[in-house]
Amino acid sequence: MRHDFLDRHSRLDSPIHRLCADTKLVVALAIVSATVVMPISFVTYFVILGVVLAGIAVVSKIPVSFLAGRLLLLEPLALGVAVLALFQPGGWYVFATIVVKSTLCLFTMILLSNTTPFAELLGVLRRLRFPALLITTLALMYRYLFLLMDEAERMQRARASRTFTKRRFALWKVLGTVIGQLFVRSTERAERIYAAMCARGWK
Amino acid sequence: MHIPDGFLDAKTAVTTAGLAGGGLGLALRQVRRQLPRSKVPLLGLAAAFVFAAQMLNFPVAGGTSGHLVGGVLTAVLLGPSAAVIVLASVLIVQCFVFADGGVTALGANIFNMGIIGGVGGYAIYRAIRGAFSGLRGQIVAAVVAAWCSTVAAAICCAGQLALSGTVSWSVAFPAMANVHMLIGVGEGLITALVLAAVARARPELLEPSSGRNVRLSYGPVLVFGLLISFGLALFVAPFACSWPDGLDKVAQSLGFEHRAAGQPLIHSPIPEYQLPGISSAAMATSLAGMIGIVVVFVLAFVLARVLVPKQTR
Repeated sequence: MRHDFLDRHSRLDSPIHRLCADTKLVVALAIVSATVVMPISFVTYFVILGVVLAGIAVVSKIPVSFLAGRLLLLEPLALGVAVLALFQPGGWYVFATIVVKSTLCLFTMILLSNTTPFAELLGVLRRLRFPALLITTLALMYRYLFLLMDEAERMQRARASRTFTKRRFALWKVLGTVIGQLFVRSTERAERIYAAMCARGWK
Repeated sequence: MHIPDGFLDAKTAVTTAGLAGGGLGLALRQVRRQLPRSKVPLLGLAAAFVFAAQMLNFPVAGGTSGHLVGGVLTAVLLGPSAAVIVLASVLIVQCFVFADGGVTALGANIFNMGIIGGVGGYAIYRAIRGAFSGLRGQIVAAVVAAWCSTVAAAICCAGQLALSGTVSWSVAFPAMANVHMLIGVGEGLITALVLAAVARARPELLEPSSGRNVRLSYGPVLVFGLLISFGLALFVAPFACSWPDGLDKVAQSLGFEHRAAGQPLIHSPIPEYQLPGISSAAMATSLAGMIGIVVVFVLAFVLARVLVPKQTR
């Protein structure tokens, strides 16, 4: 599975990874909520939080380049909305607030997702009695996500090696066919999965 | 349109989480009742499909590219309740596995993209589909619904940002609405192309009478409608009206407004909702919206003609 790299570090071994998922989820949610509510004038809080998060990042043994890459990839999405705040009176202040807060929250979530396998997070949700249908959907989605991403990329590559059109609409039409075909394959796969689940005594 | 953490204040985050939780709960209940057990894996696979399809980029002019969001597409293929679950799952995984979209904004994102995008879009789709026959009607309806739901979700997002005090409505509304009027055209176009491709490969997946939501019962329609209108009333209505509302109008015509104007209980930061020099930008955006809907209708009609050969009507 090629696209596995997006989630690979959640299965490393470090003191942070060995903590139980409940603790990590609760702590991460608490940090994010506190950061969102905290007024920006509490500069010490933000500085301490930054240092603590950096410490966790070092202990968790996740490569710094990977963390920086994720942060740089996701930060522009936040900046894109934050820039809007500049077009109003007092915009710089709001802009700075948003950038500090969203960066810290983003870093917290990146650390959580890369130190906790998704299956363990789902286990926490199951213990909290979330609806079974939602958990089944999430579990199946996570299981087949990387597979379908690989499949989409293979289809995309096959298309790119066979169609040489400059016309944009024709290109769009072929891409529409690729996505449509991906959906058809997903439904067929779902039928096979259901048969396999029944064969193994699913409820 | 994923709102990150730090953009919504506590009251907006809690309200949107409540609305999204209610909508998701209702959708789960509906699906558990209506969907046959053999279709349960399809929900997970459809969510993975939406995620994978969002990776395929469509080249747009000038080296930029856009991608599918998939609210209306999922609602047309699987029904509105299933679409809410699928889109919520996509957003949850994007938030917890890829840190894309904030946790505190998860409710807002599910409300905007899942409930407004999926259920609201599906309502528009159902309203228009009957006007034309067969697959052409489905494609026209899907294009218009995809455009409308993209723009509506963006406006709702602008309202949430304004309510949180992050970006003022006069800045957020024109920016979000205008950009998403263009993005919505792309979304509609891709939705139509994918639907036509699915119809060519497996026409039975698109049959309106294949057991999904043939008969809409009134209860869920009512509750979903209430949820959406409640959300719009909270996030959009406080900012949207630049003219006096119904009560003011009546007061003016009956001539007792001087009494009401005596002692305001709460000093409104924006008197009569009028911001200086702002109504022009908002008006221009509304005008652009009206032109946009006409253009999208024409586009939808042309697309349906191009994509569906005559004999399959």
